[in-house]
Amino acid sequence: MIADEKYIFKPQTKQKLIILIIVGLVLFAIGVFMAQSGGHHEAAEKHASTEIAKELLASTEPAQHGDTHAAAAEGHHGSATWLKRIYTSLWQNNIFFAGIGIIGLFFIAIQYAAQAGWSAPIKRIPLAIGHWIPIAGILTVVLWFLVKGDVFHWTDASLYTKGSAHYDEVLVGKKAFFFGPFNEGTFPIFYILRMVVFFGLWYMFFTWIKKEMLAEDINGGTAHWLSSRKLSAYFLVIFAVSSSVAAWDWVMSIDPHWFSTMFGWYVFASWWVTGLATITLIVANLKGAGYLKVVTQNHLHDLGKFVFAFSIFWTYIWFCQFMLIYYANLPEETIYFIQRMRNAPYSWIFYLNIFLNFVLPFLLLMTRDAKRQVSMLKVVCPIVIVGHWFDFYNMITPGAMKMDGGLGLLEIGLGLVFAGAFLFVVLNALSKLQLVAKNHPFMPESLNHHI
Amino acid sequence: MESNKNFVVGIFEDEDVLLHAVEHTREKGLKIHEVYSPFPVHGLDEALGYKRSRLPIAAFLFGMTGTSLALLMQFWMLGYDWPMIIGGKNHASLPPFIPVTFEMTVLLAAFGMVGTFFIASDMKPYKWPRQFDLRSTDDKHVVAVDLAANKMSKEEISALLKSQGASEVNEKNF
Repeated sequence: MIADEKYIFKPQTKQKLIILIIVGLVLFAIGVFMAQSGGHHEAAEKHASTEIAKELLASTEPAQHGDTHAAAAEGHHGSATWLKRIYTSLWQNNIFFAGIGIIGLFFIAIQYAAQAGWSAPIKRIPLAIGHWIPIAGILTVVLWFLVKGDVFHWTDASLYTKGSAHYDEVLVGKKAFFFGPFNEGTFPIFYILRMVVFFGLWYMFFTWIKKEMLAEDINGGTAHWLSSRKLSAYFLVIFAVSSSVAAWDWVMSIDPHWFSTMFGWYVFASWWVTGLATITLIVANLKGAGYLKVVTQNHLHDLGKFVFAFSIFWTYIWFCQFMLIYYANLPEETIYFIQRMRNAPYSWIFYLNIFLNFVLPFLLLMTRDAKRQVSMLKVVCPIVIVGHWFDFYNMITPGAMKMDGGLGLLEIGLGLVFAGAFLFVVLNALSKLQLVAKNHPFMPESLNHHI
Repeated sequence: MESNKNFVVGIFEDEDVLLHAVEHTREKGLKIHEVYSPFPVHGLDEALGYKRSRLPIAAFLFGMTGTSLALLMQFWMLGYDWPMIIGGKNHASLPPFIPVTFEMTVLLAAFGMVGTFFIASDMKPYKWPRQFDLRSTDDKHVVAVDLAANKMSKEEISALLKSQGASEVNEKNF
């Protein structure tokens, strides 16, 4: 019923991606050079404006912590600003793209668990996206050890030494979550263990589900679909917990004093809508290039609805988090938003975030016709993807860099390098798969899909 | 009396037969007044050549009305008419107004849509709908053809409907 169809990863496409990576590296190099040479000058210039912000921060800290924390902030220097910018940007890009990769698997799992029929012909695209998971796993562990001192404030051993100028009572209370039975400030065994276990589990489920999906092409029948559904159900339970804890570990612990009970959901919502936009964008581009003949406007409509709906879902989570913190007005919570809303290098990104991720997709994808057109999806999906890149910038950089953060060629260059590498891996994986599942039991339903 | 019977009514047992009958008779130039079915038949609106409803546009406009009214109301009440300090916030501050604005948007969009739908489908209070065949509320699909809108004769139409699988063809006038 389904003809053999394969995506051909043309040398021209490869070349374009390599050029993208090279352009990214060049921009990155220029950015590093600019940051290195302009570092001192900039710091002096910024000093005056940051004075006010620091005062603001100090005034919001509880009185008994005020002195010690201000001292800690002063004393915690670490690497040079330009190096910190590289580390922070590496971490931000890594977490962002790791999220898209894992959403590839999550999307497939959702489709199996919900017994969805419509998505049968497009499932190979999220499967290809899932091939980023092992790379993201290695990158996350390696990068963590590279960036830890500059991005993760809590790794500093002096914070836990009584009598030290940096002694931090709040973090001492949280030390078990990171260091487990080990001495605080040494090797964060629990933290690293979680990181390895999460990526290990995700990768295991990815290979299992992929094996079932590919075996179905050869053997047919419903047995492979049924075992995929079972695996998906187990994976969803594990992902519900692990994605939330991963969000605390990899993003929220950058601001170790601050906490939000919405945060797991917030990071998940951001990952999920970015992943959906990525899937939609790749499907729309493949369709435009003449692939995926079985995919009709009705499938695009469903994907468009997903992007539209989860942009609103993200906004809902965003607002829930913001509103409660704004209204309760507790200093240890509001500091997070004060750092982001009121400070010169970040405030425009804070508002841009809402504009790109809510206002634009909400208005552009509202009508039925917009969701059914490849051309419109090709406009909105990149907006959403770039918008959520800013969202992760907004979550990670102000916490790691305090007032010294920047958004220049350095950050944009690294983003392009990651995007190029990600697309290279995904398209390469896609070219090795059958583009459309051959014996999917729901394929006839999907071919007759009408909405 | 005969001349008053201005509708030909075809009764269909099966929705697939009905769907193909509608497609084929329309291809042959028959203008169908309306089809009544006990449950929604997938693809029937396309087969009948209906244009897409403009209800979403009405919903959007009503929703926008709700948004503006809610914002106007709150800014006027709390910012101008009776300023109150709540939780140390400014009199007129946007974030706490958002939930109310959201609710008003949904409320007006929903009410507006229902009202628009009733008006557009000519459903007024005390208006008794025309029943071409009462069995359309039970287990039969009913195709009503207006004689005045068609060039074909009564006999031709009933023969056409019969040939497309109608179990019976009646006449009805109002």
